[in-house]
Amino acid sequence: MKPTAEWPLWEVFVRAKAGLDHKHCGSLHAPDPKAAIQLARDVYTRRQEGTSVWVVRSDQIIASDPADKAMYFDPMEDKVYRHPTFYELPKSVDHM
Amino acid sequence: MYTQAMDLAPKEERKAAQSTDEAEREARFEARIAAGDFIEAKDWMPEHYRKTLVRQISQHAHSEIVGMLPEGNWITRAPTLKRKAILLAKVQDEGGHGLYLYSAAETLGTSRDQMTAALLSGKAKYSSIFNYPTLTWADVGVIGWLVDGAAIMNQVPLTRCSFAPYARAMVRVCREESFHQRQGFESLLTMMKQGTDAQREMVQDAVDRWWWPSLMMFGPPDADSPNTAQSMRWGIKRISNDELRQKFVDACVEQARVLGVSLPDPDLKWNAERGANDFGVIDWAEFWSVVGGDGPCNRERLAARNKAWDDGAWVREAAMAHAAKRSIREAA
Repeated sequence: MKPTAEWPLWEVFVRAKAGLDHKHCGSLHAPDPKAAIQLARDVYTRRQEGTSVWVVRSDQIIASDPADKAMYFDPMEDKVYRHPTFYELPKSVDHM
Repeated sequence: MYTQAMDLAPKEERKAAQSTDEAEREARFEARIAAGDFIEAKDWMPEHYRKTLVRQISQHAHSEIVGMLPEGNWITRAPTLKRKAILLAKVQDEGGHGLYLYSAAETLGTSRDQMTAALLSGKAKYSSIFNYPTLTWADVGVIGWLVDGAAIMNQVPLTRCSFAPYARAMVRVCREESFHQRQGFESLLTMMKQGTDAQREMVQDAVDRWWWPSLMMFGPPDADSPNTAQSMRWGIKRISNDELRQKFVDACVEQARVLGVSLPDPDLKWNAERGANDFGVIDWAEFWSVVGGDGPCNRERLAARNKAWDDGAWVREAAMAHAAKRSIREAA
């Protein structure tokens, strides 16, 4: 197998239908943005799964570090007062 | 199954943890698995878990890619435009499934080219089933019914695999795979119910040739599958080879009756006591020989993949050159 440069990796986001947000659905290799969009259509929307596609170079994504997960996200665990169900109201007005 | 070669490796001894720090991480990992947690690509994982998954997912991907060849053989000769469109869609799906799976394996830190190189050199395995020839049009229907039927039986539990990118890919694959089995069965049913005697004989002949290789897809018996226990503990494998094989046989007996074909096994009969069908002994010598590279089409399949890769080299290079030139022009 002759060594040639591997096509870069792209992350693919698909909007299932108007009104919904784009959702990450996978990744693929493509030489440039135009080809990435084209290939994303062929690979991820063969059954009308989408009406719009976004692609972004995988190496351009900045992600939180899984090792920081506890430090980052656990402090929210005891802030139950951020949820509407924390507040007990009389039945007659409880639908608010 | 598509990853049956996972069962062929000698039992692997896991390295003991190197330090107390590592032992702690490993204990935390095991606890997460035991609690039914999903593991994401960037989470810490034992090296052996990572290695096992790379091997299994890439074997699975290779099987999808090589699996395009036996059926692709009939695209130009499909009997009607409808059947041709269906077959094209199915083979395109297999290609897509290969891509989902390669992507899932890449999240573990192995490159696409490394995996491709392993396939093309013959180092990596793919399912033994794709080393059998597709001699008649009925083979295409039988592959849909039996081969995809067996694949689905194996793949549905994998949607609950502990490694989340693999599980997510399998959800997508399973959603698409169901059409593969149904179109095959429907194609056979059409030939059996509306066809000529010659067509019915062709279907029976295809069933006779594919039945036993389909049973081999589930891999060696549990007793000869040394790495199953570890994979089960890690939630990479959910149901054992023999259990899946039995489930498959039981499902096929009724389907064969509806089709009006016989399954080529004189020992196949209902066992009321077990509540399952007994079946004959699988020719494991044939299985090992196909897995070892000496099946009817092993060399042909590998040569076809190598040719496709080599013939496509100029396209890959030209696309990269074009992209580079355009980005320079845009920067200017």
